[in-house]
Amino acid sequence: MKRLLYTVAMLSIGLSMTAQDAKEILETVDLNMSSENRVFESDMVIHGRRSSRTITSISYAVGDKQSFTEYLAPAREQGTKMLKLENKLWIFSPSTDRTIQISGHMLRQSVMGSDLSYEDMMDDRKLTEIYDASIAGHEEIEGRDTWVLDLTAIVDDVAYHSQKIWVDSERFVPLKQEMFAKGGQLLKRTTLSDIQKVQGRWFPMTMVYKDMLKDGQGTEFRLTSVKFNQDIPDYIFTKAALKQ
Amino acid sequence: MIRFLLKGILRDRSRSLLPVIVVALGVFLTVFMSGWFQGIMGDMIDMNARFSSGHVKIMTRAYDENSDQAPLDLALLNVTELTGQLNEEYPDMEWVSRIRSGGLLDVPDENGETRGQGPAMVTAIDLVSPNSKEVERMNITDAIVKGELPDQLGEALISNDFAEKFEVAIGDKVTLFGSTMNGSMMFYNFTVSGTIRFGNTLLDRGAIFIDIKDAQLAMDMEDGATEILGYFKNQPYIDEEAMALETSYNEKYSKKEDEFSPKMIRLAEATGMADYLAIAENMVGMMVFIFIIAMSIVLWNTGLLGGLRRYSEFGVRLALGEEKKHIYRTTLLEALLIGIIGSTVGTIFGLALSYRLQVHGIDFSGMMDNLGVMMPTVFRAVVTPSMYVVGFIPGVLATVLGSALAGYAIYKRKTARLFHELEV
Repeated sequence: MKRLLYTVAMLSIGLSMTAQDAKEILETVDLNMSSENRVFESDMVIHGRRSSRTITSISYAVGDKQSFTEYLAPAREQGTKMLKLENKLWIFSPSTDRTIQISGHMLRQSVMGSDLSYEDMMDDRKLTEIYDASIAGHEEIEGRDTWVLDLTAIVDDVAYHSQKIWVDSERFVPLKQEMFAKGGQLLKRTTLSDIQKVQGRWFPMTMVYKDMLKDGQGTEFRLTSVKFNQDIPDYIFTKAALKQ
Repeated sequence: MIRFLLKGILRDRSRSLLPVIVVALGVFLTVFMSGWFQGIMGDMIDMNARFSSGHVKIMTRAYDENSDQAPLDLALLNVTELTGQLNEEYPDMEWVSRIRSGGLLDVPDENGETRGQGPAMVTAIDLVSPNSKEVERMNITDAIVKGELPDQLGEALISNDFAEKFEVAIGDKVTLFGSTMNGSMMFYNFTVSGTIRFGNTLLDRGAIFIDIKDAQLAMDMEDGATEILGYFKNQPYIDEEAMALETSYNEKYSKKEDEFSPKMIRLAEATGMADYLAIAENMVGMMVFIFIIAMSIVLWNTGLLGGLRRYSEFGVRLALGEEKKHIYRTTLLEALLIGIIGSTVGTIFGLALSYRLQVHGIDFSGMMDNLGVMMPTVFRAVVTPSMYVVGFIPGVLATVLGSALAGYAIYKRKTARLFHELEV
């Protein structure tokens, strides 16, 4: 009996330590990946069945509530702007001089034919705010040791019910993420690479998103410049800024 | 002999009235149901051909595999050259290009911001060319509720339900938002020239009809189309001919190793239509078969009852020396005459009702508000040459068969018992 109680006690301690560790890992990941605000320029390479194309944009974001993106190239996309305020999204098209609000099922549609949905782009919340984590094990990715974490949503308004995430055990940056539906179906896979130290934090400069429900090679998202904690004027996050 | 039997039939109504009514009713139902069913199926096939599948449809192989998603990036390119080639090689067909796509129809307020929006089903056809037959083919003029047909590029017809819901007036601007062929964002402003209602949910839900040139410009698909539809110029759809066309075209142009090579599919092969056609072909045969069996049983029973009623008559005729074979033959001949009379009456009434419903039809639109199948809301019958015989021959056959089974009892009559029954 004593032995049984001892075993149960040790198992409980072990489990709580694992959960604690997983939470700490995720908090450290959030410290790297999230910031008060950020400005980044990116090239999004979209591989279609017939051809590939690159879309250049500049984005401004404050926390997870406000973001503004302006498309710079190619010519057809130039001047198109997207504004996210809380959970609302507007797109401005210079060719029609229209500001269109995107809502409902349209948020699940692909952005510019990429493997990213509007919903993916809008959800910038910290992982610890929306997921509960547990350690599933260790694996090596591209020669780097990673923690494998299983994340399960603790909020309802989340695009993916669960995730499996491979976190670099030294730099605490995800190297791979798999996103699952509630039924367990794999919906998206992201691989993150080219990890660089930016303003004292490790940050992946290249991300490849793959919508597992679509054929194709996925979408490559390359950051050409990223700056954290900048002075971003408030007017950027207004609908008036869309038409400027 | 025939005149003698005919007099008997006409004078002894109790002998002929019930079988004539039964046969006439059965033939009437067969003829009418055949016309009604053929009419509905024909209209349904025709509607699908006009709006969706053509008599044959050409897409890229890749588009065909994912056609339920209407993937613009897999659309046909160099459509002008392709259509020219088709016109040259298959001059008996009329070829038209169309673009089908989904999107969002957005209604602006005075500041150009979203006032209302809803999902849009874009159908891009040759809408403004003076020689286009597409408007007539899709019966768009009759579907216009308000306004008029677009007469220039940049104009659109939108669903009347959508227009009413978001208070869109004729002349208002709406923005079509979606994806281009390359996956980029597509924004295009249209002026509403009219509103339409076909009475079918599939066609009316968020429908927007635009000219294909506007669609090509908006969706960045220069000289592209999601499909090329082919229609037989001077005849309705004939599956055998469409199949021959499909085979010859695909052998020549469709390459398995090239997912963007064109592929032709015929109407029957398009989603679900093969089943509809098979049902349409088999249903009339099944109805006739069931009719013959059912009528034969009913008329057999009627013949037996008639035989019992005429028990004495047959006895007397046998006693007078008439041969059983002769009595049986005259009974059959009598049944033939009854069958012809009943079938003629039934066919006339069946054709008359079918013709009336061919001209007027019955409007079921009130009961089909949420119908998700592309079928007409006014059900019409059709009068075809086959209907002159589809009920008539089975009617005559069933009567003769019924009498043959019932009259068989005559052979079992014993002369000795006959005399006993007649108390001679």
